[in-house]
Amino acid sequence: MATKAIVGEKVGMTQIFDAEQRAVPVTVVKVAPVRVVQVKTPEREGYSALQVTYGVKKAAALGKPEAGHFTKAGVEPGRRLVELRLDSTDGYAVGQEIDAGLLAAGELVDVTAISKGKGFAGGMKRHNFSGQGGGHGNHKKHRAPGSIGACATPARVFKGTRMAGHLGAARVTTLNLEVVEADAERQLVLVKGAVPGPNGGLVVLRQAVKGGK
Amino acid sequence: MNPTDLVERAYLRDDVPEFRPGDTLKVHVRVIEGNRERIQVFQGAVIRRQGSGARETFSVRKVSFGVGVERTFPVHSPVIAKIERVTEGDVRRAKLYYLRDRVGKAAKIKERRAAR
Repeated sequence: MATKAIVGEKVGMTQIFDAEQRAVPVTVVKVAPVRVVQVKTPEREGYSALQVTYGVKKAAALGKPEAGHFTKAGVEPGRRLVELRLDSTDGYAVGQEIDAGLLAAGELVDVTAISKGKGFAGGMKRHNFSGQGGGHGNHKKHRAPGSIGACATPARVFKGTRMAGHLGAARVTTLNLEVVEADAERQLVLVKGAVPGPNGGLVVLRQAVKGGK
Repeated sequence: MNPTDLVERAYLRDDVPEFRPGDTLKVHVRVIEGNRERIQVFQGAVIRRQGSGARETFSVRKVSFGVGVERTFPVHSPVIAKIERVTEGDVRRAKLYYLRDRVGKAAKIKERRAAR
């Protein structure tokens, strides 16, 4: 599991030039300085995590249980609560702020976000099916999936058969993206490559948990 | 203004001269051979300029030994040592792809008269 994580907002993609004069595609993530609301420990909750919040929320918009939760922690209410699972929460305390200085250039991170919703999508878009031919007598079946099973045996369609259906708007994690630049002053992190979700969407950056040399 | 402009600003060059499709440019390109660096000049007509900010690119076409050669450069690329504008062209299109189908005198671009 990760030893550090942070919350941000996807700003958009652009490119920058590296020391070898090559263009590097980057995603700009605006890190929201987060405040620790609750520290979860294996002794009490059974696992270790940080519950954090970011931004500001008007007191009138808070429900009573939510307001009470923030008051108990003595933390200014934020837009929402996000849980960051960590190996160990040693060194973190309620009320502590975490910002973009947590990450450094060259580190690998995993980025989690809710992907863009694609609605009801066909098999070609959803499962990378090949579709069917454009000619040779094919009629109105160019993007159809083809056969979904056999005949009298088994006389049914197997569960889990890949078909058209809802695509996107799901939690997606992209592994091992390189941090190109971490700017603590402007609270920006530049991550190499694409990141799930729409611009303006919430993303969670955590230290890479797999691979990485 | 795009939200990513703040990041791009540091990478934009301020020494890029004004030029547009139809102009003839001398692009001085840094070429790295082993640990030596030298400048190579690529001269030709600008046939396209697209994109904005740090992602803006332009394409230069020249005919070399009877073969058409096109190179696309990012406008703000550090690979470019210098851009020199040789002539200004008088063209009516933003994308001059029609030049690819023309050879010889037909592929010539009229020069722009300064006073209009």
